[in-house]
Amino acid sequence: MESDENKSKDFKNIRGGDHSHIKGWGIDADSKNDPTYPIKKRTDEEHEGYEWERPTQQKVDVEILKSIERPNITAVFGTSVPPSGLSGAIRRKAFEKGEGSYGRWLPLILADRIGVYEGIIDDLKKGIMPNTFAERGWGAEWKYNRKNFLIKTAVGALVVAGSVAILISSNREKSYSK
Amino acid sequence: MLAMNFRGAFKVRADYDMPYPEIEHPGDAIVRVLRSCICGSDLHLYHGLVPDTRVGMTFGHEFVGEIVDIGSDVKNVKTGDKVIVPFNISCGKCVFCKQELYGNCHEANPQATAVGGIFGYSHTAGGYNGGQAEYVRVPYADVGPTVIPEWMDLDDAVLLTDIVPTGYQAAEMGGIQKGDTVVVFGAGPIGIMAAKCAWLFGAGRVIVIDELEYRLEFVKKYAQCEVYNFKSLEDPVVFIKKTTDSLGADVCIDAVGAEAAGDAMNTLLGRKLLLQGGSTTALHWAINSVKKGGIVSIVGIYGPTACLVPMGNVVNKGITIRANQAAVKRLLPRLIEHVKNGVIDPKQLITHRIPLEEVAEGYHIFSTKLDNCIKPVLIPPTANS
Ligand SMILES: NC(=O)c1ccc[n+]([C@@H]2O[C@H](COP(=O)([O-])OP(=O)(O)OC[C@H]3O[C@@H](n4cnc5c(N)ncnc54)[C@H](O)[C@@H]3O)[C@@H](O)[C@H]2O)c1
Ligand SMILES: [Zn+2]
Ligand SMILES: [Zn+2]
Repeated sequence: MESDENKSKDFKNIRGGDHSHIKGWGIDADSKNDPTYPIKKRTDEEHEGYEWERPTQQKVDVEILKSIERPNITAVFGTSVPPSGLSGAIRRKAFEKGEGSYGRWLPLILADRIGVYEGIIDDLKKGIMPNTFAERGWGAEWKYNRKNFLIKTAVGALVVAGSVAILISSNREKSYSK
Repeated sequence: MLAMNFRGAFKVRADYDMPYPEIEHPGDAIVRVLRSCICGSDLHLYHGLVPDTRVGMTFGHEFVGEIVDIGSDVKNVKTGDKVIVPFNISCGKCVFCKQELYGNCHEANPQATAVGGIFGYSHTAGGYNGGQAEYVRVPYADVGPTVIPEWMDLDDAVLLTDIVPTGYQAAEMGGIQKGDTVVVFGAGPIGIMAAKCAWLFGAGRVIVIDELEYRLEFVKKYAQCEVYNFKSLEDPVVFIKKTTDSLGADVCIDAVGAEAAGDAMNTLLGRKLLLQGGSTTALHWAINSVKKGGIVSIVGIYGPTACLVPMGNVVNKGITIRANQAAVKRLLPRLIEHVKNGVIDPKQLITHRIPLEEVAEGYHIFSTKLDNCIKPVLIPPTANS
C-alpha cells in the first residue's frame, strides 16, 4: 500500500505516454468536451507539475504563515501585520492544519476576535483612545438616518438608565436585608 | 500616510500614521491612489466573516492610480503612468496565469492554495495591504496594471478593476445561448453588471431578484430587465418556476454570496454562528430555480469552510456549476472596448464619492445601505494634488 512515507518519488502522470495496452484508449476523447472554455486557456505546460520558472523570490524578512498544502512560500506575499501576541500563537497553531480543516479556520476566527482586544491595548499604549462612534461611522446615521438614529440612541439610553436603576435598587435591597 | 485601518468587526478608521509602502520585490511598483472603491467583498471582511483578517490591515482591492516608483525588473509600465490595477495579484509565469486563470495564481498567496492573492483582503488572500490608502504596493507590476486610455474617465477605470469584469464573467460562465432566460440573484454592483452583460451574450430574458427596492429600480432601468422583490414572493423558487413555463431558468447567477438574506436557518448558521462559510440562501434558490441540465454560475463569495447546499438537486437535475474569482486581466481588453463603444457605462453605478478621511462613514453607509447606496468610491486627499 502506498502511503505518505513510502510512496515513490516518481509517482507522476507521464502524459503523452504509451497506453496501447489498454483496449480502446482515447477512442471517445473529445477536445470540445471542456466546460472550462473560455475561462481557462488550456496549454500543456501544467502537465509538468510545479516545474515552471518561478518569479524572483521576495526576501522573507517577516514571519509568514504558510499553508501546509504547498512546499514553499510564494514568490511574492504581503507583509502587513505579522502574527504577534496570543492571537499570533493561535494562528501559528491553526496553520499546522490543512486548508480543509475546521481545526484551521475556527481558531483563526477566534484569533481575529482576540486580535481586536490586542488592538485596543496597542492603541492605549500609543495614547490613542478608541473612538467607537467614529470607527463605526455612526456620523453617517446622523447625516442620512437622523430619525432612526435618535430613536435608537433614546432607546439605548433608556435601557442603560433602566439597568442602572435596577442595579441600584437591588443593591439597596441587598444592603437593607443585611 | 493616510490609509484605512481595520480595528475589528464593524470598526475601521482613517489613520494618518500608516507607514508608506515600499518596494519589497524587484517586480513591485508603488501607486499613488486616485480612486478606490468599497466592494461588497469588503463587507465580508468588515463584518468579521473572513478568517485571518488581522487588526491593523488596510483593505481595498478596487483602485486606480499613478505609478510613482518601480522596482528594478519592471519594464511594461513606468513612473507617471496612470493604471487600472486588477484586484487579483498574478505572476504571469505559473501554469494557472499562463492559462489566463489570473484569479488563481500560485505565486501570490503563501497562506492558502485555494485562494489567489488579492489586495487588502485578509491574510487568507495573501496579507497584502490594499488601496484604500494614499499609496499602495503593487506586486508583479509588469503583469496586472494596465495603462488607462487617454479618453477614459477615472470613475469608469476604477470599476474595471473588479465589478465590470466580475459581472461580465458571471454571465460568461453562465454559458448563455441566444434566447436563454437568465435569473440573477442580487442587485448589488455585481448583480447589476451581470444582468447588463447577460444581454451581450444573447440572453432572451433577464430577471433580477433582490430585496432592496431602490436597487431593483436602478437595475430595471440600467440593465433593461425584469425585477422582483423576494420579500413580496412567498417562495422565490416557485415564483421563478411559474414564470418560466414551470421548467425553470436556463441559467442562474449567484451574485450575492456569503451574506444572503431570506432564510433564518442559513442566516443563523452562516452569518451569526459562522458554522458554515456563509449563508447559502441565494445559492439554494439558484440551484432550485434552474432547469434540469441548466447552468449555475457563482461569483458570490463564500468563506473557506464548508457550506450547506442542496447537492442532491444538483445531481438529480444534472446541473453544471461554474464559479471563479474574475480573471480581470483576461477580460480588460474586451471590456475597455465595450466602455469605449458605450456598450457598458460603468460610472452610473457610483452613488457616493467619499473623502478617504471619512472611510468609516463610507463603510457604514455601504454596509447598512443608507442613502440608497449602490457603489461608494473613496478619494484620497493626494488624488487632487
Ligand atoms: N467572484 C469575484 O471575482 C467577485 C468579485 C467581486 C465581488 N464578488 C462577490 O459578489 C457578491 C456581490 O457583491 P456586491 O458588491 O454586489 O455586494 P452588495 O452587498 O452590494 O450586494 C449584494 C446584494 O444581494 C442582495 N441579497 C441578499 N440576499 C439575497 C438573496 N437571498 N437573493 C437575492 N439577493 C439578495 C442584497 O440585498 C444586496 O443588494 C459578494 O459576495 C462579493 O464578495 C465576487
Ligand atoms: Zn471587489
Ligand atoms: Zn501566477
